[in-house]
Amino acid sequence: MVGNTIHWFRKGLRLHDNPSLKESIRGADTLRCVYILDPWFAGSSNVGISRWRFLLQCLEDLDTSLRKLNSRLFVIRGQPTDVFPRLFQEWQTSQLSYEYDSEPFGKERDAAIQKLASEAGVEVTVKVSHTLYDLDKIIELNGGQSPLTYKRFQALISHMDAVESPAEIITAEVMRKCATPISDDHDDKFAVPSLEELGFETEGLATAVWPGGETEALTRLERHLERKAWVANFERPRMNANSLLASPTGLSPYLRFGCLSCRLFYFKLTDLYRKVKKNSSPPLSLYGQLLWREFFYTTATNNPRFDKMEGNPVCVQIPWDRNPEALAKWAEGRTGFPWIDAIMTQLRQEGWIHHLARHAVACFLTRGDLWISWEEGMKVFEELLLDADWSVNAGSWMWLSCSSFFQQFFHCYCPVGFGRRTDPNGDYIRRYLPILKAFPAKYIFDPWNAPESVQKAAKCVIGMHYPKPMVHHTEASRLNIQRMTQIYQQLSCYRGLGEHRAQPAETTANSLKIRLESLEESKQIPITNLIGNNIMCFFYSGRGHAAVKRSSEDLTPGGSNKAQRQTSN
Amino acid sequence: MKKYEDACSSSSEGPTESCKKVRKLQPNLCEFGFDWALLPQEILLNIFQFLPLLDRAYASQVCRGWNQAFHMPELWRCFEFELNQPASSYLKATHPELIKQIIKRHSNHLQYVSFKVDSSTESAEAACDILSQLVNCSLKTLGLISTARPSFMELPKSHFISALTVVFVNSKSLSSLKIDDTPVDDPSLKVLVANNSDTLRMLKMSSCPHVSPAGILCVADQCHGLRELALNYHLLSDELLLALSSEKHVHLEHLRIDVVSENPGQHFHTIRKSSWDAMLRHSPKFNLVMYFFLYEDEFGPFFREEVPITHLYFGRSVSKDVLGRVGVHCPRLVELVVCANGLRPLDEELIRIAKRCTQLSAIGLGECEVSCSAFVEFVKMCGRRLSQLSIMEEVLIPDHKYNLDEIHWEVSKHLGRVWFPDMMPTW
Repeated sequence: MVGNTIHWFRKGLRLHDNPSLKESIRGADTLRCVYILDPWFAGSSNVGISRWRFLLQCLEDLDTSLRKLNSRLFVIRGQPTDVFPRLFQEWQTSQLSYEYDSEPFGKERDAAIQKLASEAGVEVTVKVSHTLYDLDKIIELNGGQSPLTYKRFQALISHMDAVESPAEIITAEVMRKCATPISDDHDDKFAVPSLEELGFETEGLATAVWPGGETEALTRLERHLERKAWVANFERPRMNANSLLASPTGLSPYLRFGCLSCRLFYFKLTDLYRKVKKNSSPPLSLYGQLLWREFFYTTATNNPRFDKMEGNPVCVQIPWDRNPEALAKWAEGRTGFPWIDAIMTQLRQEGWIHHLARHAVACFLTRGDLWISWEEGMKVFEELLLDADWSVNAGSWMWLSCSSFFQQFFHCYCPVGFGRRTDPNGDYIRRYLPILKAFPAKYIFDPWNAPESVQKAAKCVIGMHYPKPMVHHTEASRLNIQRMTQIYQQLSCYRGLGEHRAQPAETTANSLKIRLESLEESKQIPITNLIGNNIMCFFYSGRGHAAVKRSSEDLTPGGSNKAQRQTSN
Repeated sequence: MKKYEDACSSSSEGPTESCKKVRKLQPNLCEFGFDWALLPQEILLNIFQFLPLLDRAYASQVCRGWNQAFHMPELWRCFEFELNQPASSYLKATHPELIKQIIKRHSNHLQYVSFKVDSSTESAEAACDILSQLVNCSLKTLGLISTARPSFMELPKSHFISALTVVFVNSKSLSSLKIDDTPVDDPSLKVLVANNSDTLRMLKMSSCPHVSPAGILCVADQCHGLRELALNYHLLSDELLLALSSEKHVHLEHLRIDVVSENPGQHFHTIRKSSWDAMLRHSPKFNLVMYFFLYEDEFGPFFREEVPITHLYFGRSVSKDVLGRVGVHCPRLVELVVCANGLRPLDEELIRIAKRCTQLSAIGLGECEVSCSAFVEFVKMCGRRLSQLSIMEEVLIPDHKYNLDEIHWEVSKHLGRVWFPDMMPTW
């Protein structure tokens, strides 16, 4: 019986730490690594040119690495459910392997493929390697619910078993007798397409600031660790103007596409820390970047509506404004606020922005200034941001818009002040908005305040060469803090009621209505309380939230979460 | 069960008759000896109160008895009109048919009403339209809430005023009124006062640009039961504070003031210390909530003398100097939020606040910097009275004594509960 195996690359675009691939090679006679170019990329066709280019570079890199092992990558266009039955037949497949995908859309797709596989008598091998842990185990430890606060998540992590070691890299020895049948017309049928072939206009496209691929990823990892060792300091670096620029040691897009194994990164970081700090135990904060990613994957895995406000049990229902014109200005970097516009320009050009820059533009779009839904911002990031995948992107947007995770909402980033404090000289603005190059540092963050003479001298008149600010920030933030306060007040209001009656078991969408009526009628508390008293108005105290009771969240792991189960329908 | 329901709804007799019929048809249906149609109205009322409006509406279609219960006045005392357009909002609006029904059958039952309006002018228009029809209402509470951009401000002023005055004139027993961000003006306030001066307890009118200090003074002079007031700083005057402290006036409970700068370099008037003192003498327990949205150099007139602020919010960047003055002049401070300060540590200022603001129980710091040692000192001095400590992680600067991993244990120790700074995702 000939063992013909297919390894299906989705994320996990690497040969190091690829346990499912390694497993499927064992005992197989033939191996074919496929990548299915699903026009519906990860559940949405909203993918910009930078992301496509990165992906294609990853695939090219994989193909190159596979060639060294006398193998090739097979890129096939179509939908997996159409493609696989055909391949199983044509290639007489006995085994299919792939890396576990924790996202709801991924799980659904994989369930369908598993069914097709079992119908065709194909064995399926799946291994976890996109996340540090098996997420279901974390959820189990939390009583069957995804943790909703990062603190809670950290507490759970500290009780989990150690992270599994990365699998060894696929080498010729690992491959052994396993071969790949390569036809003469392989390049015609299965080559990695170019951007042009996919229909993109590439004239004038600048070289990629973030080149895709496993090779690049591993090089960067070494550089990243070298720099850390040299600095001998594992504290989070202070933010300065330079931090805003793309770094040759930046790793986030590579983690997202799986060119770099998060577990490899984890172990290398741990080793380095132990070496430099002489064997002491690394704190959790060392892995901050990896743990945030893990946290969002964990919160999203069982929630198919994680990327929506409506019908999402973890998302506060906020009356965002629908304003396509304003959204377009933000997305295209035409807000009239240089700090915001420069960030959005860097994002569009390069595909990456610093996390504080993300906070700034996310705050501006949602709860800070424009009061537009985080879902819109998420879609724009999905298109442009190299390291944004479904779980992490949606989760971060909910966080930054204070729609979930019990995030305090009082703090608003000023689109002028925050930029000015981060980059007092304004070099970042000048780099990405050359039209404002000649403005002095004093006015470059708020050029509309510059006297006419200064504007003329800078050859940039506000309103003509560069837009006027699209909102009055003070006015907008005043209004918006009112809005948020109101919403959270109404959520906090019901702490007393919850005890006396069963919590209505549905989403916060309806519950506000119920509370309104029931509050007044059943408890004789006049509606004035809902529009009145502002005591303790600056902070959200986290009680009485329909979906989750916070008090049980923070402290003991494996604590009782019966309340959550009852309320989350 | 379905047959029973069909029987009830299609029957033209009263519930009892039709149910007797059904019992003949389905003798084993009411095995518990309990007949749903005979449920007393009071119990139905109680149950209906727990149902969301939509479910209640479905229930009302079951049979005549339940339909009657649905329309009981007690269920219509309180209503929130949600007016949204699909083009400007993601949320659903109250169904126009329902609105018609309410106006037709229940307008005289309404007592607590609020309008939630999105950013479109149509929604604000719709709200005014409903308001103008509330002629038979005796409202106790009225709230006009814009959930996004203040669309009431885009209406022609006269149109809005005439709709609002319908309620002012006809209700005569308004107790709570929330009209922030609306084009209400002095004459309409006069109408409000003329008809509701005995009952008015709460008035929230922040950012109503057409009102003058004289207009609000009129309210304070006549409405002696006013307990809660929210307005903008430009309406605040010494006379207003004195009027609120007059003998005839009840104790004020809550005064909220928004200090908002329209343009950089705006000038703000001062309030005499004696006026604040009079307020405090008259209402020793009152809460003074102040939101500041000023540019750094506009704080000149503020915090030069003692002021009885209890809740203080700085929405824009505020200087070390001003925070230092807050420590000296705000002995009643309970809550403090600093959205941003800058890159120089606030160590001294925080410690002074811990020392002098002995009532402080909640603090929030955004883009600021505080050294870890000073922060621990601050928490130690405040101790367990700090029920809310919201510090962004970036605020804390590690020093020779503490790093970020150690600080949360130190702070937790002094607070008597587990504490972590507020975090933001970094990936």
